[in-house]
Amino acid sequence: MIVLILDYGSGNIKSVYTSIKKILYSFNKPFEVKVSSKLSEIRKADKIILPGVGSFDKCMNRIKKIIDLVETLEDQVIIKKKPFLGVCVGMQILADYGFENKKTKGLSWINGNVKPLKNFINYSQKLKIPHMGWNNLSFSQNNNLTNDITDDDQFYFVHSYFFDIKHKQNIICNTKYGVDIPAIINRDNIFGFQFHPEKSGKSGFKILNNWLKIS
Amino acid sequence: MLSKRVIPCLDVHDGRTVKGINFVDLIDAGDPVEQAKLYNDLGADEICFLDISATNEGRKTLFNIVSKVAESCFIPLTVGGGIKENSDINNLLKSGADKVSINSAAVHKPNLINQASDSFGCQCIVLAIDAYKDHNNVKSGYSVSTHGGKKKTEIDALEWAIQGEKNGAGEILLTSMNADGTKLGYDIELTSKISNEVNIPVIASGGAGKPFDMVNVLKKGEASAVLAASIFHFGFYSIENVKKEMLKYNIPVRKTW
Repeated sequence: MIVLILDYGSGNIKSVYTSIKKILYSFNKPFEVKVSSKLSEIRKADKIILPGVGSFDKCMNRIKKIIDLVETLEDQVIIKKKPFLGVCVGMQILADYGFENKKTKGLSWINGNVKPLKNFINYSQKLKIPHMGWNNLSFSQNNNLTNDITDDDQFYFVHSYFFDIKHKQNIICNTKYGVDIPAIINRDNIFGFQFHPEKSGKSGFKILNNWLKIS
Repeated sequence: MLSKRVIPCLDVHDGRTVKGINFVDLIDAGDPVEQAKLYNDLGADEICFLDISATNEGRKTLFNIVSKVAESCFIPLTVGGGIKENSDINNLLKSGADKVSINSAAVHKPNLINQASDSFGCQCIVLAIDAYKDHNNVKSGYSVSTHGGKKKTEIDALEWAIQGEKNGAGEILLTSMNADGTKLGYDIELTSKISNEVNIPVIASGGAGKPFDMVNVLKKGEASAVLAASIFHFGFYSIENVKKEMLKYNIPVRKTW
């Protein structure tokens, strides 16, 4: 199995790499974890992870700068149905539009827009932005991805914008911070995590393990 | 519900963890990589590394340590000390840091926070403020010091925090220089003053002596997180002790036991 972590110059991907590797060792099957943005590597991969740190507009710009990257991803993920996971901003850019810094068109793989949290949180709640730290998940629907995940499991979030999902069936879990924030989203073979599983200790390992197994 | 974070801080000097009383007397307290692993296993919500000698002696933070820690700790890692420009931040993030904390350089080069936040995102830029009581000179009663507490400025700590948020910091690490090392509790007045005026999370630091001190600064000081060093390093209290005390007072915590 080849897991490809898409490296498009977007922040700290070392932890994603290390945690995926650690989990795959326990599977007792041959595997490779690659970090690359080469189109040929994407075509060879069995599963694709899109990390993301920074802003929506910058992430999209970096992706678009790599010639034919979007087309290749669409061919591999939408047409060939390869398992795909977007993390944090890597999940957000699956949206139709993002409004961080300026209105930016996303990949439109899952419908909805990425909006500033501050516009949805009541001032009297005195909630700080970014939504930063450990929070738990509330389940909207059952999914094998959340096997063994309980109320005591918490995940590390850090974001000021959230994915306002258009179709409820695309939400597997929310987290609560003033409003319901989609934390795990899904459409067919496409998954997205708003939190950082690679920074979420044992709980993060559990959910990455589930994703690697089911997808 | 979002948990309040408990963050052990490792002050690193020449590759070893140290903790001083009022930032002066340094006592050797161990190997930072081993300690980070231990805290990760014991339920720390985040780990903070401060290279306390870096600014004065021009020493770069130990990328090696950061890199080793990032390979074994799957919780957020904040690194500070000696950061002067964007390239330092880039190198730390590449080594495996999730956030960087900027102190002295932000005072001398206020643009640094803007640039850093713009290049790497506000979520990874922590403005570290070392505040000392200065009731005669500034409105809030607290001024900013730099260089590990050695240089005093007459910048109002509250105004500086507000400016930091405007410049794009994603979080404030607020250390009371008066309380630091005393084990007499956090500076509640300082923490609440600043936390009430900024919309970004504030980490309270300096003065932790017992778990109830954490409860106090989270409740009365309205901090989002608490940072402590010596009470953890020398085994006076565990992270679990602190979280159990927080639970008694209905403060949301991440249960790791």
